[in-house]
Order: sequence, then C-alpha cells, then structure tokens
Amino acid sequence: MADKPLLLVDDLVLYFRTTTGVVRAVDHVNFSLDYNKAVVVVGESGCGKSSLTKAILRLLPRNVDTYSGKVYLEGKDVMTYNEEEFRLKVRWVGMSMVPQAAMNSLNPVIKVGEQVAEPALIHMGVTKTEAIDLVRKMFQHVGVPEVFIDRYPFELSGGMRQRVAIAMALVTSPNLIILDEPTSALDVLTQANIFNVLKRIKKELGTSFILITHDIATSSELADEVAVMYAGQIVELNDAHAFFKEPLHPYSRKLMASVPRLRTEKEPEFILGQPPSLVDLPKGCRFSARCPLKFNRCIEDPPVIVKDGRTVRCWLYA
Amino acid sequence: MAEIKKVTQEKEHPMDINLAETSEIILSVRDLHVWFELRRFGFGHAGYVRAVDGVNFDLYRGEAIAIVGESGCGKSSLMKTILGLNKPTEGQVIFNGRDISKLDVKGQSWFHSKVGYVQQDPYGALPPFMDVERILSEPLIVGGIKDKEERTSRIYKALEDVKMSPVEDFLHKFPHMLSGGQQQRVVIARAMIMQPKMIIADEPVSMLDASVRVEILKLLSGLQQSYDLSVMYITHDLSTVSYFSKRIFVMYAGQVVEKAPVRELLNQPLHPYTGALLEGTSDPDANNASTFKHVPPGEPPSLVTPPMGCRYHPRCEKMMAGLCDTEVPPEFVRDNDHLVSCWLYK
Repeated sequence: MADKPLLLVDDLVLYFRTTTGVVRAVDHVNFSLDYNKAVVVVGESGCGKSSLTKAILRLLPRNVDTYSGKVYLEGKDVMTYNEEEFRLKVRWVGMSMVPQAAMNSLNPVIKVGEQVAEPALIHMGVTKTEAIDLVRKMFQHVGVPEVFIDRYPFELSGGMRQRVAIAMALVTSPNLIILDEPTSALDVLTQANIFNVLKRIKKELGTSFILITHDIATSSELADEVAVMYAGQIVELNDAHAFFKEPLHPYSRKLMASVPRLRTEKEPEFILGQPPSLVDLPKGCRFSARCPLKFNRCIEDPPVIVKDGRTVRCWLYA
Repeated sequence: MAEIKKVTQEKEHPMDINLAETSEIILSVRDLHVWFELRRFGFGHAGYVRAVDGVNFDLYRGEAIAIVGESGCGKSSLMKTILGLNKPTEGQVIFNGRDISKLDVKGQSWFHSKVGYVQQDPYGALPPFMDVERILSEPLIVGGIKDKEERTSRIYKALEDVKMSPVEDFLHKFPHMLSGGQQQRVVIARAMIMQPKMIIADEPVSMLDASVRVEILKLLSGLQQSYDLSVMYITHDLSTVSYFSKRIFVMYAGQVVEKAPVRELLNQPLHPYTGALLEGTSDPDANNASTFKHVPPGEPPSLVTPPMGCRYHPRCEKMMAGLCDTEVPPEFVRDNDHLVSCWLYK
C-alpha cells in the first residue's frame, strides 16, 4: 500500500453536451496524490477545476457527453464500480467533499450536530450515541464549541458554519478530502482561522487534501504541490516550493505576477485577453493566443514534459 | 429620533470649516451615526443595530481612499448613507458644501450626477434585458440630456475610457454575452457617464478572477488620475489597497479605528486589529504551509449590543482592564496623518 499513491488520476475526461456544442471541461487530466499531502488546483473561473472534482467523485449532471479514464483510490480502480458500490465504498468513506459555499449548503431545519452525524450513521453503521460522540470529537478538531451540536445553522456565523461543513467531511475519517473554494466567501481573519484548522487536521489526522481555488495567495497556506489548470488541462504540476519560487509555464508565471502582494512594492500585472471557449478550443497550445513567448511550434499541441519531477505542458521545455 | 442616546465622544470637527464649492474638501462626513431600528413582531421597539456609530472624515478633491473592514463592520451602510440611500440617524454628510440629507428633488438629481457608484457584483448590477447602449443611455436620459447625438458621443467616450474598443462591437451586446471583466467595465462606464466628481466603488473586484482583478483596479486608478476624481474604495482585501489609494481607514464594529497613509499603515500598523488583519493576509509563499497564523480569538461583536469601551477589547491581547473595557478611546494623533483610536497610544 505504501508504494502506491493515495489517488491516481489517469487520463480523466469529462465532456458536457450543451446547445452550443461539446464543452471539454476536463480534457485528459493526469495527476497523483500521496498520503498526507495537499495538492492545490488553481485556475481562472471556467478552466474546469470544479468539473475535475465532479469527475473524481462521479457527481455528474445529466448532460455528460464523455466520461472516461481511470481513477485509482488506494490502489483500487474505482471507475469500474457501479453506482451503488461507488456510493457505499468511495463517497464519504474513501473521500469526501466540502462543496463550494458549503456554509450555505447546510439544511436550515436540522440541528448541525445531526447533520454532521448523518454520514457516519449511513456509512459506518454506528449507533446514534456513537455518532454523536464522533461529532463531538470532530467539533473539537475543527474548533467548534460542543454546545453548538444542538443549534441550527442560522444561529452560527459564516466561519462556524464552514467549520461544521469541514467536520461533516471528516466524520467518516476518509483519507482524502476535496475542498472546493473553502474560504472565498469568508473574511480575512476567518479565512486565516479555517486554514489553521485545515493545517492542524492534516498534521493530526494525516488527511490528504485537494484544494480547488482561484486565490493563489491563500492557497499557499496549505499547498505541498500546485497544479495549474488552463482550459481543461493541467498545464503545470509542481512542488509548492519550486512553484512559488519559479513557475515554469508562461501562464503560471503570468498568474503569479497578477497576485497583489501586501509585503512587496512590486506592481501586479494582468493577463491580456481571455481564456478560449471550451466548446471551440484552438488547435495547438491553448494558451498560445495570450502567450508572450509564443513561437512557431506553438500551433502544434504541446506535449506533457517531465523534467526533474516537474511537469509542464509547454514547448519551451521540449 | 430624540430618544436615541448619544454614546460616542464629542465632535472632532467644528462646523466652521469652509466647505464652499471651491474648497479642497469634496466630501465631509461629520459624526455620522446610522442606526437601524429592530422591531419585535413588526411593531414594538427591540433596540437598534448601530451599523455606523460616530464616523468622521474628510475626502479631498482628487484623492483616493480605501475603507477596509470585515463583513458586518458597517462599511456598506456607511457607503449607502453617503450615496443618500440611507438617512443618517445623526450627523451629516456634506458634499460640495451641501448637506445631502436636506437636498430637494432638484438637488438630488444634481447629487446623483456628481457621484458614481460601482457595484460589487457586475452581473447583478446590470439589467439583463438591456443592451450596453441602453444601459449607458439610461442615466443620460434621466439626467436630462435630450440631444441624442450628445448622448451617443458620451457613450462612445465612456466605453473608450474603460478600454472597450472598438465600441461598435459592444454597443448591442447584452450583459450575459460579456465576460465578468467586461461587465465590470460597463458598470464603471455607467458610473462615469455623467462625468462625476466622486466615485464610490464597493468591492469592485471581489467577484472577478485574479487575472482580471488587477486590470480593473489599474483601469479605475487610471480614470481617477486622468479625471482628478475622488474615489472611495471599499474592500475587505488589504493586499489590493496599496495599488490604488493614498489613505486607508480601517473599520471595526461601526467605527473607524485607524486612519493612515497606505504605506505607513502596512509597514507600521498601530491598532491591534489592523495588525491582526495584516497578519491574516497571505502572500504566495510555500513556507506558509508549515506555519500557523496568529488569529485573535472570537468574532466581531453584535452591533445591537456592542461592548462597553473599546469595541475590540474582548478580542484584544493588549487589553488594559479598567480602561479599555470601560471607556471609549478617543482618536489619538501620531505623526500628523496617522490617527488611531486605541488607549495604547494615549
């Protein structure tokens, strides 16, 4: 088990059918994630990062056009599971998710303690008292006072509700938690607090995280690895230290330069133009229309290049 | 409103400052209180939400200021009162020498042509069934510009100012056909079309992508300089303020706790709350992952029953018992421009 990664995503494809054509939201994505590691997926809106989580957790809408590839969780090929097996063995137990705007996704008429206990009751076969004990333990991990078990979501502040949503993802003790923009609707101090909670969970429980975000500055709070997504593809996958020091892909460089920084005087830049439509993608490199370093070869689709353990999809490194 | 008891310190500014149209000061907010009454069962008094509680400041012509604070600190109520959308419970908002809560209909239309408003959510702020030309004509028609040709030329000018050229490509587009950044440009063009003297921007980039954010901020800052506009930039994100404004006001629980020039505030925050905000803001750095952030405990207080004394004292580590929890700190002056409401600096 130790030699296999926790999650291995191999050639994952998710296309949607729409009235304007086929949207290639996740287009042949490969990556792997080890135990007790966090990978951050960054990209602009519409680059397919949320669709990637949906594809991994198989939470698919009705208009799926193509869904293929392999997802190995703890060495098992979960793509071969049927819907019922997937629900029983993978969701919540193997990996759970904190959806976007999770704090608003709690049921307003059920006490938060009961809501957090529900996945444990269904997936772990525990009794109600055992489940409440588990909830108490999880609330401790995320820093929610125990008395809140008997409260309703409207009685909690935004930051507390976000913690409750994280507790819910933790209660079945999965090895992997997928977080979709966990703090983008929260205030600065609450945000810093939530990241402290996540770091503590990672340290104490050894959980792995996939963090989906557009905010590179706060993503660095948790990242071991950074994956940059652009137009449905991962264009760079890199160790966090190497990435924040020197991003390789021209898009990653631009993205890093666009981050406003508090502690330096450097003026941020912006990226000219817009990402291509996922319905009508350009033939060659998908970033070529906005790339300042574009050259002749960029009209061909760039390959994935691996160099010193750093993966980049750009002809510059061929 | 005679029954409302005043709880804050006395007025900072005497009323005799010259505030004629020629004055350097375009907007003056004097001891402003905005309280919303809570009712029980639809009638019967149940207290007040003190959204803005004793705010004083002056905005000069051509100056850009930022107001920073967490949600619920009253920054939006302050902005709405300045825009004339809320009536002040007490105190005054004086724009170009005129008290805006005492304006007649004609005066209000004058005021609205002099002040532009950039909303937070561009898609929500644009009517979905109007094209760009119609959206931009609306304020001109309401503002009494009857000549069609002048309207067209102003629309072209406004769209060129926000760098949406060629203009013809955008005139007949509906909001849903534009990207987020383009929608926000239309919102800015609409705010600029009456050639205002002051712009109020309420979190203009918080709904946009990181790559577009900087572009919009630079656009706003360019407009501010080329038209010598006064700008109030309201945000919760400290990392964007330095590219834009000269002074920052930090708000906490309905009050301004620190006023300072941007660089000074970022390098040397005086109020403990400002320090905590700075500490909570991350820069992209892989080393962040291995350290825990120091965050003050608790949450901002209820604005219905704010704490006695300094409103930050229940969360403050430097709290001095017997002083901070009983007496409201006045504004202390440090180096001319740097004002802070904290007993540490008495």
